[in-house]
Amino acid sequence: MPPVYRGRFGKPQAERLLWRAGFGPRPGQAEKLAKLGLHGAVHSLTHPGRERLRGPKPHDDHGHPLAPYDAWGHDQLWWLDRMVRTSRPLGERMTLVWHDWFATSRDGVDSARLMIRQNQLFRTHGLGSFGTLLTEVTKDPAMLIWLSGTDNTKDSPNENYGRELMELFTIGADRGGYTERDVREQARALTGWRNDWNDNVGPVNFRYDPRRHDDGVKTIFGKHGRFTWRDSARLCVQHRLHPSFFVTKLWSYFVPTPPSSATKRELQHLYTHSGHSVRPVVEAILKHPALYEGPRMVKPPAVYVAGLLRALRRGIDTEDWTWLLSLAGQQLFYPPNVAGWDDTRWLDTSTFRARWMIASRAIEPHVLKSDKARLPDDASKLLSRAETFLGSPVLTGHTHGELKRFARRALGDANAKWKKEQYPALIENALRQLLASSPDLQTC
Amino acid sequence: MSRCHHCDEFSRASLVRRTAAEAGRGLPAIEPGMPLPAGTGLDRRAFVARSAGLVLSIYGAGKLKLFEEGIARAAGGPAQPVLVSVFLPGGTDALSVLYPGLDGAYRKLRPKLALNPGDGTQFSEDPRLFWHPSLQPFATLHGEGKVSVLPAVGYTHPDQSHFTSRHFWEVGATEARLASGWMGRYLDHTGTKDNPLQGLSLDYQLQPSLASTKVPVASLAAPDDYSFWAPGVWGDVEDRMLEALEPLGARRSDPFLNQAANATAQSDRLRRQLAPFVGTGYGTPVPYPDVDDSFPKQLAGLAAMLAANLPLRCVALTAPGEYDTHSDQPQALADGLDVTARSLLAFQRDLEARGLADRVLTLVWSEFGRRAEENGSDGTDHGAAGTAFVIGTRARGEMVGEFPGVANLDDDGNLRATSDFRGVYCSLLEQWLGEDAAAVIPGASSFQRPVLVK
Repeated sequence: MPPVYRGRFGKPQAERLLWRAGFGPRPGQAEKLAKLGLHGAVHSLTHPGRERLRGPKPHDDHGHPLAPYDAWGHDQLWWLDRMVRTSRPLGERMTLVWHDWFATSRDGVDSARLMIRQNQLFRTHGLGSFGTLLTEVTKDPAMLIWLSGTDNTKDSPNENYGRELMELFTIGADRGGYTERDVREQARALTGWRNDWNDNVGPVNFRYDPRRHDDGVKTIFGKHGRFTWRDSARLCVQHRLHPSFFVTKLWSYFVPTPPSSATKRELQHLYTHSGHSVRPVVEAILKHPALYEGPRMVKPPAVYVAGLLRALRRGIDTEDWTWLLSLAGQQLFYPPNVAGWDDTRWLDTSTFRARWMIASRAIEPHVLKSDKARLPDDASKLLSRAETFLGSPVLTGHTHGELKRFARRALGDANAKWKKEQYPALIENALRQLLASSPDLQTC
Repeated sequence: MSRCHHCDEFSRASLVRRTAAEAGRGLPAIEPGMPLPAGTGLDRRAFVARSAGLVLSIYGAGKLKLFEEGIARAAGGPAQPVLVSVFLPGGTDALSVLYPGLDGAYRKLRPKLALNPGDGTQFSEDPRLFWHPSLQPFATLHGEGKVSVLPAVGYTHPDQSHFTSRHFWEVGATEARLASGWMGRYLDHTGTKDNPLQGLSLDYQLQPSLASTKVPVASLAAPDDYSFWAPGVWGDVEDRMLEALEPLGARRSDPFLNQAANATAQSDRLRRQLAPFVGTGYGTPVPYPDVDDSFPKQLAGLAAMLAANLPLRCVALTAPGEYDTHSDQPQALADGLDVTARSLLAFQRDLEARGLADRVLTLVWSEFGRRAEENGSDGTDHGAAGTAFVIGTRARGEMVGEFPGVANLDDDGNLRATSDFRGVYCSLLEQWLGEDAAAVIPGASSFQRPVLVK
């Protein structure tokens, strides 16, 4: 078995776990989780019971319920709402992992209905058997459109899915795992899917049509047979290089530094001997010392937004999150390409500004009016209020010190009576903004 | 990736992207009753300038004290050459961009997709080839001697993965593990530590070719909307809040906390550099295509930034359109090339009108070409050699590497490369940017340098 973290499991560790395995704590949740200890805490995330959605119901800018299939951007809000309100944060986080792993974009699929259907598939199979998940994804309508599966026929094979199946989903490129010939043979094995077109609904009636399938003998990874689409997926999962690809890729969603070769071996063993089951591997990663003792991770934009709303106990009450998430580099249902989002490049001068705007939008409903609010003329007290406002996140000493220094200096500028009265509220607003967008809250 | 058969979604997605940009650019309301236009990022002078309808006149040399010292110093030096990289995402079909319309073998490989000789203008350097009809703007510029065409650019042992092949082009080597971009490494050698604008990604995210390891580079969607507003914060407190960004961006020992701190510090620096642009906008001397896409606006903003003497050296952005045309190729390709080519023509005319044309060279590229034989779903699969263009008044304007023809395809049925992208980079570094390519491109000595600059 891979090593298990044996250090203190207090609020900082519980907070980190809630961010890595979900969307951060609601106020007080990290303290509560810490009391369960590491094993209890991880178990509560991997075995959460029936789903409940807690908190205010989502609505659009006009107070109307969301229409995820019909209204532009509501598909994203629908999902973001689940991230904010779910009682099964890991299940929702795994859905985000699979959305990135099997990155399918509405840009190519042209149907909210099919995108949400695929999203539900990730939710249903997210912690189960990877073989089942892959089989389901291979015949998933959104994927069949996205990677040309229904264009791939006996008479004109299309390599799109066959290539990405191996390169991005199961084996990895440049590892000697497959050849260009395997790509072509996989494409042949995957032939047979088709759909019809309905002018009102779009693509419909996805089905397997043996007449469009190439039933000849194929050679894949040196094996010969009359392989079909099921064999395509199966051969990839059984490939000698698949377990190492799988555990390394899965690990990278939870821990930013690569696993040691011993850990990698142990995770592979766990994966193979569980019959390619996802849950035990995730559990082992969530208990691994590297998660608690290693460096922080940059929060993906959707996690950052959902986490702010959870901390503020705020529901989805505006459509602004769609364009703000897009500015921050993560438009849900629109990964940039089939390789998903690049986790090493979340932060630059453009996306940092988007995160600043996200923080502004998140705190805005509670903005203090400087001519009404009367706050203490005391830097420490103001900072402590701002921390409580944002759910009392654990802060580094440096950030804490700089925020306090800012508040002290700004209080020192108040050289007139009206300023002495009004500046504390302005400073409190600024502290919330600076704290919510600080390096500490961009990472976890 | 695949193009769908029905393209409504694509244009709607572009619309949303544009809306996002517009929404991000809206200036927040000014708090009532305050002495300064707080919350807008404007100082009084910029505010007055905007009110007066002045656009770029405030960027005269005498106003450079508005900029941070580093940028002022960089901007005060002699005008430097600028290299612009435009990426066509997805692998653009070389056999449509410049197509051998008279070749029977081509028509046989492309029974549905082949373009007719009458569709596009004949390519004057090789009468076998014709410009894709949507590339008429390029044909026009080529006629003026401002376009060097690379009809089959690539590398040996071509990789048909989007990600691997694009990675090779971005890092300037066929090395899977090289993490810095080729322009980023150039800036590491010649750039400064206080001028993020030297490497500018005109995008919502950093373009990988600009990824540097030592010097800062910047990324922004539009030069005139880069401000930091917070609800309920104005006046002295706002100034203090923005001052706090620098210490919050101080170096941290945790590598990823430090990454976030670094983004904070760079954003703060860029905020100060662009302060004169914010809220005032910019004008253009020529019309750009009026389309639902940010690309023409990005180019117009780029020309304005160059006219304002901002010290840009390397710029990278992504062209509009989707070139991974496994299906529905005719429409998808025509749409993307059309906006791309018309925008780049407008950009060139803009630079010429502003007297900046001799300072800017633009490289247009894609990660690979496509399979010579069409695939039966009105599309083409991944190929090898692709097309690239070098555009500018200083471009030599002569073809680099011959068109290899479709009679002699490689074992995978793809066009063979007749020029190497790494040689192109070496030429651009040496002939245009004045840098020894050996310091930037691994194995530079082994690549032949085509003459790209006159």
